[in-house]
Amino acid sequence: MSEPARNPGVRLTETQDDAKDRSRPRTEKLDDARTAKMSAEGLWAFYGESPALRGIDLPIADKQVTAVIGPSGSGKSTFIRSLNRMHEVVPDARVTGRVLLDGQDIYHPEVDPVLVRRRVGMVFQRPNPFPTLSIRDNVLAGKKLDGEDVPRADELVERTLRQVALWDEVKDVLERAGTSLSVGQQQRLCIARALALEPEVLLMDEPCSALDPIATVRVEELLHELRERYAIVVVTHNMQQAARVANLTAFFYMGELVEYDRTDVVFMRPKERRTEDYITGRFG
Amino acid sequence: MRDRFFRRRLVDRTVRGACLLAMLLALVPLVSVLWFVTLRGIGGLSWSFFSELPRPVGETGGGMANALLGTLELVGLACLFGIPAGVLAGIHLSTFGHSRFGRFVRFAADVMSGVPSIAVGLFVYAVVVTTSRSFSGFAGAIALAILMLPTVARTTEELLKLVPEALREAALGLGVPKWRTTLFVVLRTAAPGVVTGIMLAVARASGETAPLLFTAFNNRFWSTDPSEPMASLPVTIYAYAVSPYEDWHRQAWAAALVLVALVLVLNVLARFVVRRRWGLG
Amino acid sequence: MDGTASPLIRARSPVARLLGIKGNPGDALFDRLTGFFALFLVVLLAAMAVAMAKSAMPTFRTFGFGFVTGAIWDPLRQTFGALPFVYGTVVSSVLALVLAVPVSLGVAIYLSELAPLRLRQPLGFLVELLAAVPSVVYGLWGVFVLAPWLRSSVEPALARTLGFLPLFQGPHQGFGMLAGGIVLAIMVVPTVSSVSREVLSAVPHSLREGALALGATRWEAVRLAVLPYARSGLVGAVLLGLGRALGETMAVTMVIGNRAEISSSLFAPSYTMASVLANEFTEATGELHLSALAEIGFLLFVVTVLLNVIARLLVGKTRREPDGGRA
Repeated sequence: MSEPARNPGVRLTETQDDAKDRSRPRTEKLDDARTAKMSAEGLWAFYGESPALRGIDLPIADKQVTAVIGPSGSGKSTFIRSLNRMHEVVPDARVTGRVLLDGQDIYHPEVDPVLVRRRVGMVFQRPNPFPTLSIRDNVLAGKKLDGEDVPRADELVERTLRQVALWDEVKDVLERAGTSLSVGQQQRLCIARALALEPEVLLMDEPCSALDPIATVRVEELLHELRERYAIVVVTHNMQQAARVANLTAFFYMGELVEYDRTDVVFMRPKERRTEDYITGRFG
Repeated sequence: MRDRFFRRRLVDRTVRGACLLAMLLALVPLVSVLWFVTLRGIGGLSWSFFSELPRPVGETGGGMANALLGTLELVGLACLFGIPAGVLAGIHLSTFGHSRFGRFVRFAADVMSGVPSIAVGLFVYAVVVTTSRSFSGFAGAIALAILMLPTVARTTEELLKLVPEALREAALGLGVPKWRTTLFVVLRTAAPGVVTGIMLAVARASGETAPLLFTAFNNRFWSTDPSEPMASLPVTIYAYAVSPYEDWHRQAWAAALVLVALVLVLNVLARFVVRRRWGLG
Repeated sequence: MDGTASPLIRARSPVARLLGIKGNPGDALFDRLTGFFALFLVVLLAAMAVAMAKSAMPTFRTFGFGFVTGAIWDPLRQTFGALPFVYGTVVSSVLALVLAVPVSLGVAIYLSELAPLRLRQPLGFLVELLAAVPSVVYGLWGVFVLAPWLRSSVEPALARTLGFLPLFQGPHQGFGMLAGGIVLAIMVVPTVSSVSREVLSAVPHSLREGALALGATRWEAVRLAVLPYARSGLVGAVLLGLGRALGETMAVTMVIGNRAEISSSLFAPSYTMASVLANEFTEATGELHLSALAEIGFLLFVVTVLLNVIARLLVGKTRREPDGGRA
């Protein structure tokens, strides 16, 4: 067995299981910073003077679901919001370090955060469809609010609503207000709204925590389909959920990235003591 | 023991009665003013009141067409100057209000809203009228705009801050630029309240007399050119009321009725109708 | 790496590069635009102070602080003492407060504690309508309704009953300090009562409920739990009302008689700072006269600004922290 890694995120030394991996045809292995869709390098995030993230080095693999787990206050939300430059929206919040999207640093001083967010979409903890817009207009909101023309709008609406398995439920009531749907449906609407912009990465901050179990199952099923096309990051405080939906898991604790590996490794054979403590419920 | 409690109850009842009395007392002048304005004003309303110009001093008859138009024009110009500026300043306050600069601006706005309107008129006189060497509608409109500015800014700020953060986050997360988010999501949601605030500011501006006394001054003829002195309802009411002519008194009441009706309508509209129409979703 | 990924950096026009605009150009421009108008607000206030001070300079240089204490205002002899106006302003405002504060407090307590819930909003709206009526309309009403009534009914009655006080002696025309004070009081009530209402509703319910649970009557609960907590805020409300009264022009001018005399009687005519400014400004004779009036305006400006600042601090204090903490 290899030594417990201090700075995971970079290719680990080979183990027996890694050897088994190499023989598997599927690519459920860890990416390193070079080939990942996104990658955090030396990422620190602050609220005022206090750091919420300390030197995170973490790749986000493409066409995979990466779960981010950890106790409250560990910096999970801060991390995910740093990936699409939403962290700085809060007054007094700032970031140092780099986050690469396809090799470009999104925090370069000349970068337009708006362009970043068009490529890295986000779904929030509480569904937040626009109350004054209809279901249809909610889906199109990303484009319309930016003043873009939407040719073939109806097609786009149908396509994205089908993607989130909402089409059949709402196709006859598209003109109703976005908030007239149940909470679970609203969340899927928000996912559709994000997908309508055709992002490359989808960030989900505890997307199911406001949903009932049935709606949660629906969203999780959705994730299985979506990961064929997008790089997805899901923050969750529910370890079972992480085990269900994600092939890769990162464990955060007190602003640090403690461990990052394939989900089964993290849950069954964690390399760090703190990870093991969290998994077994010693805290968090 | 029973006596003490009885006394306490008596005090309680007395005070409550006194408060009720205060309430009624406060409403007496309102009722009285509205009553008399209606009673004495309605007789003066006539077609000639609305369409004719004032007759020379001492003659009876004539009307206030120029003053009516003047008030509309002055208030219209004041809105043009004051509303966009106020809304934009309010937007800045809502986004940057926590910074030192923001606190300073807010302080300035609050202080400015307490400045007596006659002092504002004095200021505009010193700056505009002396440099242009004449009274003008512009000067009057500027004075009114200065009166409206702080109220509109603070109302806009307060209402923008009331919009739930989730809406703003949703839009920003979709890659909508901050300025578009502020205008088309946050401001649009806060619009009913902002419109209410604006209507109330307009109502206040249309009734102001003192700031117009040395800016727009007055004009007994058709005054549509804002670079000339301009007549207005409040100034005309004042001039007629303190004059010795019966006929002018009659016209002053009629003008007061029109002014009060205008102000009341704006107030009622602002508070009830706007909220109902836009209040849902 | 995907070679066809869309760029994260916008191509910048030369103008943008010149202005040093980074990130999102729309945002940068918009922030500057709103910042401009925010700054404008501050600059405007400063300009007001400076312009008025400048206009007042000639008089200040001539009379110094004696301007405020000088009792003669004679434009023909170029003597300008503002004491009669200061007196008129202060006395009329104090009178207005004496009449308005109890009423306003009563209204505020009634609306925030005692009135049936359904009536609160409509009644509150009516009180605010008091503030919506233009000053000149109050003046008109004052001239043709209030003053005659004072002359024929109220002042004789006061002279009969309280005539031993110098306050109620002398000829009564209806027009005078009393009329001015009453009209001011009417216009001050909405301000003081609405701020007081806000202050009273900022008091935590638990305080009230605690007193009631101990068996206090409604009034006792208010007196023991609510009022002490709200004390500084209520003082602030009164100060705001005072500021309003000091600056009020039209209604007062129309009923106060406009005579620059200092008299001990409330029946006598008087003259306020705002009134003399309104009446004499457009017909001022000479630079010194104009400047004297401007100095009066400047004084009004300074005093009301100061009052406003103090008042807001006091009102804010109640909102933020309990006052006293004694039961």
